[in-house]
Amino acid sequence: MGTMHILLRGRDIENLKQLEVYEQHEGFSALRAALGMSPAAVIDEVKASGLRGRGGAGFPTGVKWSFIPQQEPVKYVTVNADESETGTFKDREIMEENPYQLIEGSLICAYAIQARAVYIYLRGEFWDIGTQLDDCIEQLRAKGYVGENIMGSGYSCEVYTHLGAGAYICGEESALLNSLEGYLGQPRVRPPFPAQKGGGLYKEATVVNNVETLANVPFILNEGAEAFKAIGTTQSSGTKIYCVSGHVKKPGNYELPMGTTFRELLFEHAGGPLHGERGFKAMLPSGGSGPIVPLTDEVLDTPMSYEDCANIGTIIGSASIIIMDESVDITWVASKVTKFFAHESCGKCTPCREGTYWLDKVIDRILDGRGSPDDVRRIADVAENMAGTTLCALGDFAANPIIHTIKQFPDDFARHVQAEA
Amino acid sequence: MAIIGNAKYQARIKRHLAKYPTKRSAVMPLLYIAQEEYGWVNQAGINEVAQLLDLDPTQVKSIAGFYTMYSEKPKGKYWLQVCTDLPCALQGADEFHAWLKEELGVQEGGTSADGMFTVEHVMCLAACDKAPMLQCNFHYVENLDKDSMRALLAKWRVDGAGAANGSA
Repeated sequence: MGTMHILLRGRDIENLKQLEVYEQHEGFSALRAALGMSPAAVIDEVKASGLRGRGGAGFPTGVKWSFIPQQEPVKYVTVNADESETGTFKDREIMEENPYQLIEGSLICAYAIQARAVYIYLRGEFWDIGTQLDDCIEQLRAKGYVGENIMGSGYSCEVYTHLGAGAYICGEESALLNSLEGYLGQPRVRPPFPAQKGGGLYKEATVVNNVETLANVPFILNEGAEAFKAIGTTQSSGTKIYCVSGHVKKPGNYELPMGTTFRELLFEHAGGPLHGERGFKAMLPSGGSGPIVPLTDEVLDTPMSYEDCANIGTIIGSASIIIMDESVDITWVASKVTKFFAHESCGKCTPCREGTYWLDKVIDRILDGRGSPDDVRRIADVAENMAGTTLCALGDFAANPIIHTIKQFPDDFARHVQAEA
Repeated sequence: MAIIGNAKYQARIKRHLAKYPTKRSAVMPLLYIAQEEYGWVNQAGINEVAQLLDLDPTQVKSIAGFYTMYSEKPKGKYWLQVCTDLPCALQGADEFHAWLKEELGVQEGGTSADGMFTVEHVMCLAACDKAPMLQCNFHYVENLDKDSMRALLAKWRVDGAGAANGSA
């Protein structure tokens, strides 16, 4: 395997972020092809490609689109460009270097569900990217790719950007919709789900897809579902952008076929351990929210796919791969990640709001050397009680760093509470 | 100072109101405009946004309070938000953040005596491969070290001498 740029084509093609250059490289040929097909045929093609949501959950994209009730007169597409998971910085590079591919994919999705508008919800910190996308949208409108009667097809669709203002929770789809509607960015009770009437944007049926997911769609229409399916593994087709950060020589984004091993990513692409003499100790393969794993040979030789990562007790999620070497105290990692969730808990559900607050307090006590072995059991117990008891997945995400750090690295915790043991 | 009737903002306000089927959806972009005008989200700005959107000021204030990028108190001319989340911390961001506060003589969230710099730490900014990094008035500054930061501070002291407060 090796590097393969479907999404990060901006690295190979100079000035791809300029419309005329993008057009010279098959730009908008996929949208043209889609507009010549029936919406149902477009959905079938995406279904057949096996594309799964790149935001973390891995839900089949075409299936998600097919949930939209055709008879509803008003439907929306919302692009999740909130990219706030700790260690994730892939959507940013797509939007900075290949923005038209995202917009083209979004328009194909919009046509497939017959949406009247696309809203791109960007985290507020992507201020400059928002400005750039607004400029792209204006250029597309001038050329007839956005707005009334797109490319003479009779289909009309608007594209807008919306800036968040600093809240991790707005990457959760129902919180994102609330935020976009001008309410607090807090999750909704489901059902109804966003794809259903009553559950989406302005209560209309809505597809919410991640940036990377939608940026894959033009390739599928241009090259065919079979070509996409030929890349990756049987259950995880296509490429994935792996965001590597922490203790490696060359942190950055690497787009590789799904199913590439962690070993190839970390040693061949990311340059191996940052400090040669210190080996790898642990990895968070899906940012702060997924289970931590020790970097054993078994883990290193695991293919990075949805199905294979489940076999080693973790998830590939959004592929925000944070690497820690032998110098890192995993209790400190648990504290860092817990502080993140304590700060980002939206406050709606009691187990998450109170749980993250107390987890943070007690881990600080353990780190300060004032904790007892009972405290380690206590935080594990609190975390167990948070998991599965909240409206959105953030409650589970916040429980993961505690449950799995204690399970995988008990000695790192024991060291801090030894005095009293 | 005002945003209602201020020629500087009319086109932007109109564009944001046209984007959404409901007025309320424009609360976030309009809060950014209020912050730009007043340097922070003060009561006058909240009242104006509420008036423009037919909302109660309390509703607008609850939105402003929920998000970290709306400031509920005045800031320095350069609002420096240093990412100290896990990936950046593995690359020395905690030490960098502590050093920066010491260099400017400020506490967490505080503003330097000359009114120029406000420093605080923030959660992941999606720039994990370019640590240490910070966000200055919503623009990213990446791959920092003490030397490059000192040079930037010196530049901003000159640039900021006559500049107005404000974000973005």
